[in-house]
Amino acid sequence: MLDLREFFAYRDLFYFLVARDIKVVYKQTVLGFMWAILRPVFSMIVFSVVFGRLAKVPSDGIPYPIFSYAALVPWTYFQTSISNSTNSLVANSNVITKVYFPRIIIPLGPVAAGLVDFVIALSIIGLMMLWYGVAPTTALVFVPLMVLIMILSAAGIGLWLSVLAIQYRDVRFAMQFVVQLLMYAEPVVWPASLIPQKYRLLYGLYPMAGVIEGFRSALLGRTPMPWDLIGMGSVTAVGLFVLGSFYFRRMERTLADVA
Amino acid sequence: MSNWVIRCEGLSKLYRIGLKEQVHETLAGTVVDFLRTPVRNFKRLRSLANISAAEANDADVIWALRAVSFEVREGEVFGIIGANGAGKSTLLKTLSGITEPSSGRALIRGRVASLLEVGTGFHSELTGRENVYLNGTILGMKKAEVDKKFDEIVAFSGVEKFIDTPVKRYSSGMKVRLGFAVAAHLDPEILLIDEVLAVGDASFQKKCIGKMEDVAQGGRTVLFVSHNMGAVSKLCNRAILLDGGVVVQEGEADDVVSDYLANAGNEPGEVRWSDPACAPGGDAARIVAVRAYSEERDMPPFPIDRPLKLEVDYLILQEGARTYVAFRLTDPAGSFVLASMNAPETALAEDPYFCTPLSRGVYRTTCTIPAEVLNDIRYSLSVSIVSLPPPNVLAEVNDAITFSILDTGKMRPAWLAGRWPGTVRMRLKWSTTGPKNTGAACAV
Repeated sequence: MLDLREFFAYRDLFYFLVARDIKVVYKQTVLGFMWAILRPVFSMIVFSVVFGRLAKVPSDGIPYPIFSYAALVPWTYFQTSISNSTNSLVANSNVITKVYFPRIIIPLGPVAAGLVDFVIALSIIGLMMLWYGVAPTTALVFVPLMVLIMILSAAGIGLWLSVLAIQYRDVRFAMQFVVQLLMYAEPVVWPASLIPQKYRLLYGLYPMAGVIEGFRSALLGRTPMPWDLIGMGSVTAVGLFVLGSFYFRRMERTLADVA
Repeated sequence: MSNWVIRCEGLSKLYRIGLKEQVHETLAGTVVDFLRTPVRNFKRLRSLANISAAEANDADVIWALRAVSFEVREGEVFGIIGANGAGKSTLLKTLSGITEPSSGRALIRGRVASLLEVGTGFHSELTGRENVYLNGTILGMKKAEVDKKFDEIVAFSGVEKFIDTPVKRYSSGMKVRLGFAVAAHLDPEILLIDEVLAVGDASFQKKCIGKMEDVAQGGRTVLFVSHNMGAVSKLCNRAILLDGGVVVQEGEADDVVSDYLANAGNEPGEVRWSDPACAPGGDAARIVAVRAYSEERDMPPFPIDRPLKLEVDYLILQEGARTYVAFRLTDPAGSFVLASMNAPETALAEDPYFCTPLSRGVYRTTCTIPAEVLNDIRYSLSVSIVSLPPPNVLAEVNDAITFSILDTGKMRPAWLAGRWPGTVRMRLKWSTTGPKNTGAACAV
């Protein structure tokens, strides 16, 4: 599957590429890393007004702002990681055609770099919980598991799509609305409890469904951990990652020719 | 068992090139074509990834490399020469693992670094310091290695003062110098290099060549791809000559280089573009012919003791263009021998066409190089048509023709044999002072 030894030999390159991706994002901005917080916060405000107030979308009895913010943090990570990862090979094609190194480093870079924004945005949830008087519960220990599933799915999708995108640049254009579609398909603005029971397991195949509901439960402790969704989601996440790695390995040698 | 470190066995690489697209003359044809485009594009894009030997006869498939086999022994400095498009860079890319060969295989024993470009992966928003680390690790160094060599790299590049400035504020020369400095501190067992010598200003180039010599003499195996024949014969032990993706010669670097240069010279003394639409230049002027000839001969080699005429025919398309003509001669190693133009300051007599408004039509400008100026080597002639003011190149042909000069013996004492060094050779004024001479000159 993955040549781990080779990847390990190039770990310093991976480190510097991730560092580059992190440093470059907010270069020449005034607010810098505050954007990592502002992006989900603005979405939260819009969603709270439109879906929470106007459309009165149910939120499992949780205050709508914190309900949506707890979902927006993993979603923003997922969205940013898969789009950056998908574009990564195209963006680095000048390097790919000039130097050999394990190519897998490139699509995995944005998946790792996105974690910085993720952690910064996550820290705001603590403040919001204080404000709304939501006390953390022992379910908090499951947060790392959610993060792991989230990373695996983003990496799996990134591996697949980055290879497709370098050969077929259509992927980049299609990505823009697929990402929007994916957002409404997952329980960001609405609770997964709206899904009819008979379709629930099927719905769980979408890995971010379990991740987002799981995040809410683990952080806010108001709903039980949705283990059915998480279970199904981990199967898809692992599957995406394993198959993505195989596919990447198979196509890796042609990358410089199609770039 | 031989002590090879690089070994190619029947290496072949096929590439797909673009074919001219059909143009439809009817609206219906265009619409149908538009709707069919996705299918056609998909087939084309999919076919880029893998080309099997069975498709080798397709009209749009070319052999970038064909059954290339050779061995490089440990510690050798091995040159790869050939004209543009001969497959040199493809060979290097295949050896370094950037692309896979279509058939055959390349075996390498040892830690390889390939250098196809200077400053690969530089990010303009990052500082010089950050880019040194990024570029170093891209080229295969470990962070600890860069840490250790960092001061040396920065000192070599000469950009110490700007090392914490984003690279986007650097001049292009500074970027190149920093990139080369990183590359120069790579420490692989096998180094694959492509044409990175000619970078930066003259003094930095000298530094680069010095560094290359150190590497070459340091007992490391180096594979060196270059257009610069002087550098190849100076640095390399052995070399191969590629032509159309095929190895046409393998042997001692000096032999391969001199044979290549000799064969490259079978040109007539003239190049002519019969279709002005395809001739080099733009909307204002195009060069339609470049030639060299001497009184008795219109084909090279030209006798050393006769004046040589260099001539360009060009088409002025822009009414009222004011132009001048410049010629440049280079030697086989690519170094300039001389440059001249028809300006009053650089010509023996004034050329009335210099920088005067020209009407549309074909013009011919001729420059005469006096007898007994050039040496008996091969020269390459480049021509530019430049508008004034300000200077703006309207049409230019580099290395339009090459020609050699024949040593007729008129400029050489009979008792002196062998190659005459230098890129020019002329009669100069000589004198000696000292005690009086005591008799007639010796008769040799």
